[in-house]
Amino acid sequence: MNTKKVVLSFPPSTVEDPIIYHLIMDYGLMVNILRASIDAGKQGRVVAELKGDDNQLKNGANFLESKGVEIEPLTEEIRHIEEKCTSCTSCVPLCPTGALNVDRETWVVSHDADKCVVCLSCVDVCPYRAVTAHFQ
Amino acid sequence: MAKTIEEINEKIQSGNVVVFTAEEVIDVVRKKGTKQASREIDVVTTGTFSPMCSSGVFINLKQDKQKMKLGGGWVTLNGVQAYAGLAAADIYLGATALPDGDPRNNNSRRGRFRYGGAHVIEDLVQGKQVLLKAEGYGTDCYPRKWREQMIGFDEMNEAVLFNPRNCYQNYNVAVNLSDKPIYTYMGKLNPRLGNASYCSAGQLSPLLNDPMYRTIGIGTRLFLSGTEGYVAWHGTQHNPNVPRLENMTPRAGSGTLALVGNLKEMDPKWLRAVSFTGYGVSLSVAVGLPIPILDEEMMRFVSVSDADLKAPVIDYSRFYPTGEGKPRLREVTYAELKSGAIQLDGKDVPTGCFSSYQKAREVAEHLKSLITDGRFFLSCPVSPLPGPTEEQGDLK
Ligand code: SF4
Ligand code: SF4
Repeated sequence: MNTKKVVLSFPPSTVEDPIIYHLIMDYGLMVNILRASIDAGKQGRVVAELKGDDNQLKNGANFLESKGVEIEPLTEEIRHIEEKCTSCTSCVPLCPTGALNVDRETWVVSHDADKCVVCLSCVDVCPYRAVTAHFQ
Repeated sequence: MAKTIEEINEKIQSGNVVVFTAEEVIDVVRKKGTKQASREIDVVTTGTFSPMCSSGVFINLKQDKQKMKLGGGWVTLNGVQAYAGLAAADIYLGATALPDGDPRNNNSRRGRFRYGGAHVIEDLVQGKQVLLKAEGYGTDCYPRKWREQMIGFDEMNEAVLFNPRNCYQNYNVAVNLSDKPIYTYMGKLNPRLGNASYCSAGQLSPLLNDPMYRTIGIGTRLFLSGTEGYVAWHGTQHNPNVPRLENMTPRAGSGTLALVGNLKEMDPKWLRAVSFTGYGVSLSVAVGLPIPILDEEMMRFVSVSDADLKAPVIDYSRFYPTGEGKPRLREVTYAELKSGAIQLDGKDVPTGCFSSYQKAREVAEHLKSLITDGRFFLSCPVSPLPGPTEEQGDLK
């Protein structure tokens, strides 16, 4: 089982298609949508975590491409600026995955990018502006 | 045997002083007992690093050749308005002040509050210059009516941090019982007990280690954001008359301190502006208070641990803003809060803090090294803070 965090860009022609449904039903992928938006020009954007074996992921990707959906890997979107972080811990309970975590011996807060699903809930929460989002 | 502050200062002078932080001392007292420990230990250092909106700076601007009266006029620094109802060259810039154009929480959008008074103060401490714009009405002795100029500390005779209220002795734990997320000065609170916010260094917090204000009073010298500061007065909203535990620590917010210190000497590492989404701007300062171990009672006071300190859990969706509903959902210890979750309504509610324990530790350690190196001496308060005056019943 592999997990891939991806950004899917949907052309306006696909907005009415149940593409995510097909990914799940026909390609056996587990899809966890982290963020979804659609702009005025009907260009859709979905940030999702796809889970499946290598074959399922490959076939799912081929299907998406055949529909004109662009797939990009999601990397390094959240930056935790250590010099600005005071390790206050106020973000910790609001991070759904434990990516922002505190060591209860040293009381230092750190960010684990592998666990981060870029839900952005920490960005407006940090009073010291020590977490920032970077879109690609 | 009781010690005096003079005797402790002599020990600091001769390099024989024994200092522990309020965290380290817990184990020492556990092993040795209060009697022996009080003979051996001279000073216990506390620390906190936390946002406090009741902060600001008095600035006296150097006059140019042609003088100007700011008093009764209008002054902004980087677009943030300062209070000009003082003498010709004095202004007060409050931490929470916002520039005129800031959208605040208008148009049903949560404000981001990216820049305000606290950020101006932070810029100055970082050695930056800020844009002064001032309008006066002109008098025979102060003819100038307009001044626009980049200024920094060099253009000021004095810049004095004055916090009318700081170092809250204990504080609420905030939760949200409603169905919507709320944005408060205790941060974002997710609905249906999604998270709990607290704001105290607990066992390292200054006033929780001197619960009856026996040693901390007006004139107490302290570490303030990189320099020496003083307790100027009791803080605003100082309320010693709240119910207390057997160890005399209050079971809710109670005592506070008004603090004063030279902003020009402060260190940007220890002074930070903060922005609370949906709430506003605030300022975090570092405060380290030394507690002289005068006798066994003081030793007992400073040996409290997080398990001995309790705070009330308050609903910030209803009771706090409106005074309606259940006043107190539970009482929790700081040990529970620091474990990462508290139990409420059969639910594990994850906890987060606004007061940095890691920084509080650093402050207490730093003050300890200043004292042991003979670079910081204790002061005798010139007058005590108001203590409890009424018999206290139970919390409602
Ligand atoms: S809220 Fe910001 S300053 Fe506080 S621990 Fe999280 S990242 Fe660090
Ligand atoms: S973006 Fe979400 S998952 Fe990532 S650190 Fe922030 S709160 Fe945690």
